[in-house]
Amino acid sequence: MTADRSDVRGKVIAIIARQALVDVSLVRPAMSLQELGLDSLGLVEVIFAIEETFDIAVPFNANEPDGSPFDTSSVTAVIGAVEALLADQPA
Amino acid sequence: MRRVVITGAGTINPLAHDVARTYEAMREGRSAICPLQFRDVERLTVRIGAQIKDFQPEAHFSRSELALLDPFAQYALVAARQAVAQSGLQFEGELADQAGVILGSAGGGLQTSDDNYRLVYEAGKNRVHPFVVPRLMHNAASAQVAMAFNLQGPNYTVASACASSNHAIGQAFHMVRAGASPVMLAGGCDAMLCFGGVKAWEGLRVLSQTGCRPFSKGRDGMVMGEGAAVFVLEDRDHAEARGAVILAEIAGFAMTSDASDIVMPSVRGAVRAMAGALWDAGLATAEIGYINAHGTGTTANDRSESAAIRQVFGDDAPPTSSTKSMHGHLIGGAGAVELLACLMALQHGIIAPTVGYGGPDPDCALDVVPNVARAAQVRAVLSNAFAFGGLNAVLALKAV
Repeated sequence: MTADRSDVRGKVIAIIARQALVDVSLVRPAMSLQELGLDSLGLVEVIFAIEETFDIAVPFNANEPDGSPFDTSSVTAVIGAVEALLADQPA
Repeated sequence: MRRVVITGAGTINPLAHDVARTYEAMREGRSAICPLQFRDVERLTVRIGAQIKDFQPEAHFSRSELALLDPFAQYALVAARQAVAQSGLQFEGELADQAGVILGSAGGGLQTSDDNYRLVYEAGKNRVHPFVVPRLMHNAASAQVAMAFNLQGPNYTVASACASSNHAIGQAFHMVRAGASPVMLAGGCDAMLCFGGVKAWEGLRVLSQTGCRPFSKGRDGMVMGEGAAVFVLEDRDHAEARGAVILAEIAGFAMTSDASDIVMPSVRGAVRAMAGALWDAGLATAEIGYINAHGTGTTANDRSESAAIRQVFGDDAPPTSSTKSMHGHLIGGAGAVELLACLMALQHGIIAPTVGYGGPDPDCALDVVPNVARAAQVRAVLSNAFAFGGLNAVLALKAV
């Protein structure tokens, strides 16, 4: 089964909103995941949901979230990082 | 209250298959961490660990015994045989009725579960071996040890993740101290290095793909290990009356719960456990010559544990090392194997190093005995174990 890779932005926002227990309308691109109330476990769950949704492998180590090649510093950064991975990891 | 001493120690772990060679490896700062080898390892993202090498189960057990023994129980039995042999105890009559076993294990017979899930789910088999349950149950190891040595007193297994061993040893200590039993075998064992075992940990994203570098700048996670250590805990009067060689005294124990987060440690919970163990042992901070840290190599543990040690000991914290840098994280077996580093310090005056150390992290401002073992006169030690779930268990030992 190939994952549906359309509407990356909408899907990533939906994943983050679901994990943060907020409505998608409240997720703004410049927000950090911490501002949305996500702790380290929440972040790991977001990454898992991204991997499952897009069928990609996300390089992420919770010990060095800032040193990870997968930028999680803001909602926009996560969308960009997923797009980059999708380009690198063809379905 | 009785005083409690250790009169026997045994182990099989990634560094060695006995205590003497484990001390040798710790003295030399050898690391057993290397590429993992087992079925489907290529489907893992994390492919390093500390595996027990060159272990031939057939050399230790008959074929009919092996049918009932998951590796975690094999390791416990191998360690218990060494410990009992060293103690010189024979369990007969009243002593057999009173002596018991408390072991810690987080995963129990995980490899048996893994193998048999494969059979029923992946291979579509509708039949499993009749001994699946007696192999995988968490209390299989403690029950097998009792059967091997005729230990008919209290027997149970503690599951508190990475603190299982310390909880088990602490409970056995309480039992001997209270006079409920003159002799208890205690320790821990785990054998989680199989596809399912590592895959589950991989999901949490805390495992390192490069190595275990506790308290070090640039550390990036924990590395799993496997194995067991078992100790003979004995009422000091009982040990002295039979002229036993005493390895060390267990002087105190404390356990606390953070009651805050399922994975993130709290400084306060660790502080209360260390301070509690010191109080229980009647030891002052200045008397502690070594701390065997929990020191997993994760960002969160090492930062929190360092802050807790500094809160308890101030700027004069004693040398503190994490031997997980050498034998990996044995999860439920961790505290037991790490107690060996404490015995080495107390008996032989050698503090095991924290290897893989690449430089100081300001969040971990401790003397971590970087990379090279150190000679020191050590009269008393603490051994920390802090588990997921926020469960903290700290042992205090004294030299004799």
